Amino acid sequence: MQSIALVVGTLFGSLINLNHPGNYIHWGFIQMSYSNLLVIILMVIVFFAAILIPFKTHKNKGADR
Amino acid sequence: MTITDPKISSNGQSDLSKSADLPEDADQWTAKIRHVAVEALPPQRLLPDRQPAYVASWIYVFGVTTVAALGVVIATGLVLSIMGPNWWHVSSTGLFVNSLHMWSVEVFFFAMVIHLWGKFFMAAWRGRRRATWITGVISFLVSVGAAFTGYLSQQNFDSQWISTQAKDGINSTGAGAIFNVTNFGQMIMWHIVLLPLVVVALVGIHVLMVRLRGVVPPFAAKGETPGADMAGADSDGATSRAEVLA
Repeated sequence: MQSIALVVGTLFGSLINLNHPGNYIHWGFIQMSYSNLLVIILMVIVFFAAILIPFKTHKNKGADR
Repeated sequence: MTITDPKISSNGQSDLSKSADLPEDADQWTAKIRHVAVEALPPQRLLPDRQPAYVASWIYVFGVTTVAALGVVIATGLVLSIMGPNWWHVSSTGLFVNSLHMWSVEVFFFAMVIHLWGKFFMAAWRGRRRATWITGVISFLVSVGAAFTGYLSQQNFDSQWISTQAKDGINSTGAGAIFNVTNFGQMIMWHIVLLPLVVVALVGIHVLMVRLRGVVPPFAAKGETPGADMAGADSDGATSRAEVLA
């Protein structure tokens, strides 16, 4: 069990190395970590995806609908 | 208060429910509150089976995602408060629940921000929905406070660093004398008692307001008659039985 955890941990740990001080971007007075910027970009992507991707409905399932 | 003898009907059940609407009881505060509550939010509106056709979009799922994440935040927070810091820092199960608490907060804010953007761009305060919008805004701001006091309650070097950085900001506002971010006892009480109570109360009112006024309809498309897109919404925008899920 421990060896599985070690393999999985190493696999995912190697994708993003977090074992160092955070990286920051500096735009004038704006200072933000790359991880926070990534979350904001993800929110924007999910927001537009939610508007554009069709929502599956129950159309024509019942006569009263 | 009228004391009623609970009679047993022929089917063996108490007859107390029948005495609930006796004319002589109409002046009682319990009857008055019940009538106002049931009139404003009848069961069909409180827990509807159908939604208007315009709700069939992914943008409408982020409100309930936020509420679901809040449920996980509270459930994991309860477990953390029962077990304590030694458990959440040392035990592997404790670390897991601690991470679950943190990631559910991430989902909570992620979904809430998309919900906020969606509602902002559809001007969700239209149709007597100002109270719905305002309770949402205030619960967002209080949630930020709840998250910040959570950073201060971790009991590690991270929380120590954050508290010493935050104290200068708080002191510059003049609130440092009554809100001391380096006082762990005070911060954890704000984090696990006061702010969660306010957030849950505000979210409860917010959801009731959504049920009371209905989900805001989208703007009419160019060339469309204003209001033509409000199928299923009555004069105050609240959804009725005739509403449809397309």
